[in-house]
Amino acid sequence: MIYLDNSATTVPYPEALDTYQKVATRYFGNPSSLHDYGSETEHLLRQARQSIADILEIKTNEITFTSGGTEGNNLAIKGVAFARRHRGNHIITSAIEHPSVLETCRYLEKQGFEVTYLPVDHKGCISLQSVKDACREGTILVSIMHVNHETGAIQPVEEVGECLKYHEKIRFHVDHVQGATKVPLDLKNSGVDLCTFSGHKFHGLKGTGMLYVREGVQLDPLIHGGGQEQNLRSGTENLPGIVALAKAFRLSNQNYSKAKNDLAALKTELIQELQQREGFHINTPENSSAPHIINVSILGVRPEIVIQALTKKNIHVSSKSACSSRLQSASEVLVAQHGPKERAETGLRFSFDYDTDKSDIDPLIEALDEIVPNIRKIKEVKS
Amino acid sequence: MNVDHILVRYAELALKGKNRAEFERTLKGNINRALAPFPSAKAKRTFGRLIVEIHDEDAEAIMEKLQRIFGIASLSYALKTNHELVNIQATALELMNQHESAKTFKVSARRSYKSFPIRSQQLNHEIGSYVLTNTENISVDVHTPDVELSVEVREQGAYISAGKIPGPGGLPVGTSGKVMLMLSGGIDSPVAGYLALKRGAQVEAIHFHSPPFTNERAKQKVVDLSHIIAEYGGSIRLHVIPFTEIQQHIHAQVPASYEMTIMRRMMMRISEQVAAEQEALALVNGENLGQVASQTLESMNTTEEVVNTPVFRPLITMDKIEVMDIAKQIGTYETSILPYEDCCTIFLPAESTTKPSRKKANHFESYLEVEEMVTKAVSNRESFTVQANDRSDEEFSDLL
Repeated sequence: MIYLDNSATTVPYPEALDTYQKVATRYFGNPSSLHDYGSETEHLLRQARQSIADILEIKTNEITFTSGGTEGNNLAIKGVAFARRHRGNHIITSAIEHPSVLETCRYLEKQGFEVTYLPVDHKGCISLQSVKDACREGTILVSIMHVNHETGAIQPVEEVGECLKYHEKIRFHVDHVQGATKVPLDLKNSGVDLCTFSGHKFHGLKGTGMLYVREGVQLDPLIHGGGQEQNLRSGTENLPGIVALAKAFRLSNQNYSKAKNDLAALKTELIQELQQREGFHINTPENSSAPHIINVSILGVRPEIVIQALTKKNIHVSSKSACSSRLQSASEVLVAQHGPKERAETGLRFSFDYDTDKSDIDPLIEALDEIVPNIRKIKEVKS
Repeated sequence: MNVDHILVRYAELALKGKNRAEFERTLKGNINRALAPFPSAKAKRTFGRLIVEIHDEDAEAIMEKLQRIFGIASLSYALKTNHELVNIQATALELMNQHESAKTFKVSARRSYKSFPIRSQQLNHEIGSYVLTNTENISVDVHTPDVELSVEVREQGAYISAGKIPGPGGLPVGTSGKVMLMLSGGIDSPVAGYLALKRGAQVEAIHFHSPPFTNERAKQKVVDLSHIIAEYGGSIRLHVIPFTEIQQHIHAQVPASYEMTIMRRMMMRISEQVAAEQEALALVNGENLGQVASQTLESMNTTEEVVNTPVFRPLITMDKIEVMDIAKQIGTYETSILPYEDCCTIFLPAESTTKPSRKKANHFESYLEVEEMVTKAVSNRESFTVQANDRSDEEFSDLL
């Protein structure tokens, strides 16, 4: 199997699964219970938090465990919006965010908030100037993703954070789901107030994630109850998932920092191969992009058909984000980047993990060279 | 930044006359212990300074560790070069260029290696004029320069640094003898311990544990706090005293209004005993005049009656907010505010007196087997050493 859909989800590490099973079996107590089973699990929960905090160089009380990226983005955006409603009702985000950001913002628009959706250039990046220009009296939140989920384009979040340091009233949220462990982000110094992570994007398990909440940042919780996670996220902690997340996070940081250069070289190589082919347009900017995502539009070929044909050959890739690929329409990200053209409807995404190498890429190219001309031929006959 | 050394300047050590050599040795030992996670980094003593050689370790991480070692007045990243004037000049210029916003500078050269042919004044001039010629829009200001380029010529070579990073001050831990810290788990006592360390005292800690009335977690919290304090003091010996029985006796025999007072007197006695066994010459606690109802002059006067060992209260004059600021700065605050009952709160009767007297306290204690209880508690204590740099649990290491 050649799996090139790591931006949709990754294969869990065996070590993380092992941790999950051991914790679920041995440490089943509720961390809030006062007996020994409870205090043992609470201790383990604290160790897991400490391990993550050490890697991110943040404080343990700045981590809120969630069920994943979608919850993290919802909690950050709605949490700030409702906690700071008395200060203003304006939110800034970009046109290329993940649906869990865009749909949350659209929901808030119905609740009376105003949202500015920043455009991107042909490389798929927002400009720092556009953020500056959009800030106004009553702006309470800026939410910008670090690495785009479809094209891999890196957004200038550290620059935005630096600039927002001078706007004390504006909170800054970064959706770091695709970037985590692959593209470094200095939380401590970059002026980021909130940052979303998802466990299954770095070889942890589904249903796990975390939100960085800088000390002192106030949020309204989405879920009310027993006051777990410093009142930000009630509900008995998913301890096995959290400890597995901590393990996967540590291993991924090691694995990806080792593989970073190789992946970047592999990406360049694949881009150069694809570019040579007629009607192939690379949507991933060559320089400011993550080392593990490549997006290409193959004109004249519907991506669903290519995906089906590739999967028959045991090569697994995606079109746009998995969360919206069931809707048959153009990619919102590519429309924002290139306008409503054929290119926006024909994007294919290949996403690597730390293990991906040439032995995965060569068969992909070979398969595309066989599949694409065939599909184009059939279409010609039809028309 | 491309640096290969960190210069360490002492705080009050230079004032210490005959003890100086010992102080320097202690400081060097403390530094090397703190740098254990960086095996190739090493502190070396030279004329009136310590120099940390970084080799291929992470300079910023080392700097962070050094900023927690008492006895250090200031620190500078430095580059080392040989005795050739051209190399000294070029290195000075390189460092100067790293300070982009600087408009003014001065050179302070020191020549402790007297065989070096250029005298300090002349060296100032040679380096200053070289920097002036090779930069634009920068001038010399000998009074309030933006950047002070300091050049130290020693036998092994010349060390050039720009700018100073403040150290924590104080005295090297271990140079002032040993104290016994009464560590409750609240906000105050860890800060008191930190301040004792700052004045060079080696700290051991004593904690009173009352199972089942206090949870294992309350004890774990004290261990966690000790880990954090140990970051400043190398390691902390922690003594956990079984206190349940004593509290039960007091509860049964003493009027409610004096329970707290008698309990504190028992704690004092036990602490003094443990201190004597461990050769600690003073007790330290987090009491603060008038901050809570029980910390009145009357209360301190009554509790201190029972010991004949100095009791230091480093927080005595501070406002709560000042204590909290220090707790946050040293990293104990978050742990301190975790909501577990400690032995002070668990038996606390509603009607504690805020103005106890020695006379009444002695009277109520006459119904108790004081000496026996103290001896038993002291000999049944659990003692262990808590190290810095090791906060992860063996138990869970395979899971994480």
